[in-house]
Amino acid sequence: MGLNRRNFFKLLGVTGMTLAVGKNTVASSTNDSGVEFYGVLHDATRCKGCRGCEFDCADAHGFPEPPPSKGLAPIRKTDETCNTVINTYQTSRGEVFIKRQCMHCNEPACAAACLTTAMHKTKMGPVTWDGDKCMGCRYCMVSCPFDSPKFEFHSANPKIQKCDMCFERLKIGEPPACAYNCPNEALLYGKRRDLIREARKRINDNPELYVDHIYGEHEAGGTGWLYISPVPFEELGMPANLQKASYPALTKGFLYSVPSVFVLVPALLLGIQQSTKNNHLKEENEEDE
Amino acid sequence: MNNSYQIAADHDGKSIWKFLVSEFKPKGKFLTPFNIISIPIMILGLALIVIRFWKGIGSITNLTQDIPWGLWIGFDVVTGVAFAGGAYVLTFMVYILNMRKYHSIVRVTVLNGFLAYVFYAGALLLDLGRPWNVINPIIGNSFGTSSVLFLVAWHFLLYMIAQLIEFSPAIAEWLGARRARKILSAMTIAAVIFGITLSTLHQSGLGALYLMARDKIHPLWYSEFIPIMFFVSSIFAGLSMVIFEGSISHKVFFNQISEKNHQAQHGIIRGLSKICAGAMFAYFFLQMLVFIHGQNWIWINTPMGYWWLLEMVGFVFLPMLLFFVSYRKNNINMIKVAAILTMLGVILNRLNVTVIGFRWDMAIRYIPSWMELVVTLAVIFTEIWIFRWVINRMPVLRDSPSWVSEK
Repeated sequence: MGLNRRNFFKLLGVTGMTLAVGKNTVASSTNDSGVEFYGVLHDATRCKGCRGCEFDCADAHGFPEPPPSKGLAPIRKTDETCNTVINTYQTSRGEVFIKRQCMHCNEPACAAACLTTAMHKTKMGPVTWDGDKCMGCRYCMVSCPFDSPKFEFHSANPKIQKCDMCFERLKIGEPPACAYNCPNEALLYGKRRDLIREARKRINDNPELYVDHIYGEHEAGGTGWLYISPVPFEELGMPANLQKASYPALTKGFLYSVPSVFVLVPALLLGIQQSTKNNHLKEENEEDE
Repeated sequence: MNNSYQIAADHDGKSIWKFLVSEFKPKGKFLTPFNIISIPIMILGLALIVIRFWKGIGSITNLTQDIPWGLWIGFDVVTGVAFAGGAYVLTFMVYILNMRKYHSIVRVTVLNGFLAYVFYAGALLLDLGRPWNVINPIIGNSFGTSSVLFLVAWHFLLYMIAQLIEFSPAIAEWLGARRARKILSAMTIAAVIFGITLSTLHQSGLGALYLMARDKIHPLWYSEFIPIMFFVSSIFAGLSMVIFEGSISHKVFFNQISEKNHQAQHGIIRGLSKICAGAMFAYFFLQMLVFIHGQNWIWINTPMGYWWLLEMVGFVFLPMLLFFVSYRKNNINMIKVAAILTMLGVILNRLNVTVIGFRWDMAIRYIPSWMELVVTLAVIFTEIWIFRWVINRMPVLRDSPSWVSEK
């Protein structure tokens, strides 16, 4: 008999188990309907490069005080002791300052990469990190197209550091420390939808002042931080060739194939196994080839 | 032959603890060249691991904020698991396709695969910044189900269990547990089917890990087909490892292998070389397809392009040809050369995706520190020690005790 009772139960067990495990691996969309993400709009025409936000950020997160401006490299990166930097670029339209920090993507690659959900896109918009869940694999760093998560390589109890949009302040209705304190109103905090509207209005009102591009509206599937600027964003060191689709979309195809593989492959294997059962009888005679 | 190796069955299970204690003592000569080289490296590696947990990962590695994964992931885990692919390919051939010819090497291959997973997943623990949370994705208080790494982690765990079940009859034979052996070997087919399914998914899953690093990996190595490439190449990576490991085992553990199996070895290696040639042809064809489809020729006349050509021609096409020719000419030594070339090619490929081609445009490149290298070597040596310990005690290479076939 091809499939006896015993084998049937084996198959049943394998399939049942895999369905139970396989179901979990379906990628989940992070943007729940009816949720309004908050974000910040950075207007590079207004930023004077005072770096006050760097100090406010360090203060709000308990980081060491940022270095003085004198002799400072014009272009820096954030690291495990600093969540934001103001970079200075000499452009076709003079000196332009741009603030860099975590972009708080609508569908963050880091959160999709995280196997413990330590990286999490909150309903308000900030992407936050939970030390009780994180196992320090750094897959978020590999995946993030903006290289935002930073890791404490020199600690026995290392944390992932990145901008959390001052989530604790947001929860009590306060804007992030940087946006709250910016003396030039270069940083505007609000609902992402309103920010895009405001950005478009500023561009329309002053088309000669801005390039017609809201950075972050579509980049990487849309980000919480949005930028408008007087020069193309390539001149400001922003990643230029990012895809418009979200980064988690890149692994969706693979993850969606998992449940079907788990159902089809065992059945196929069992079928082959049953049909080749008696092959060895003839194999004795034909050695080699 | 049997008198130099104790089998617990001789004791009828009465003094099992005595037997176990005696088995834990080393056997044979102690001051062999391998021991003299491996022991200092293992001790040094252990010291470095202590420093790593005390002072942080940055204290002994050259990892940076831009290169968060280095040699320990790129070589130990990603390459090591590819080489462990022989286990699923061979169990597929023997238990699913019923190619009995290869039955004599299944146990040693599964043992090899099992130890590879245990040690390379172990190496993963060294690379985790917060290893005490490693249990989180398993026990279910935080399932990151949209993560490829979540899938890979679960698969590692489940596949280790499947391989342990596949290997367990050998342990039962060693302990003389006849009833247990009967139960365990009845589970083999289920474990094999489950194990092959897991392998298809996590061999490709290791490639899928890098899908989101779209802008960081050199276009010659990045495509949406990385998962398929990783899967197909794991077939010949695993089989080359089987050929390589088999030819060493046949020298080192010469007196354990029966005359019959010694003679069968020739035909086995020859058969494997044919399969390798076929799999490598499929792989090469896929690579060419991706190359043309992605219009990647614009990269060929660059240093990275030459590097890619070297990998494709020197370490895929050439060994593929060698496998094929030496299969036709029945030249075992040439097959071994082809296997070694193939293995170098797989190492090259995995490192190109994970380390060399990762952030290839950075001014400061990542080069692993000597300490990362020592820890890697220490992991490999420890694995070989355990492998040798098992081979010398359990019926892996040597035939099962007589009571098995009596029934």
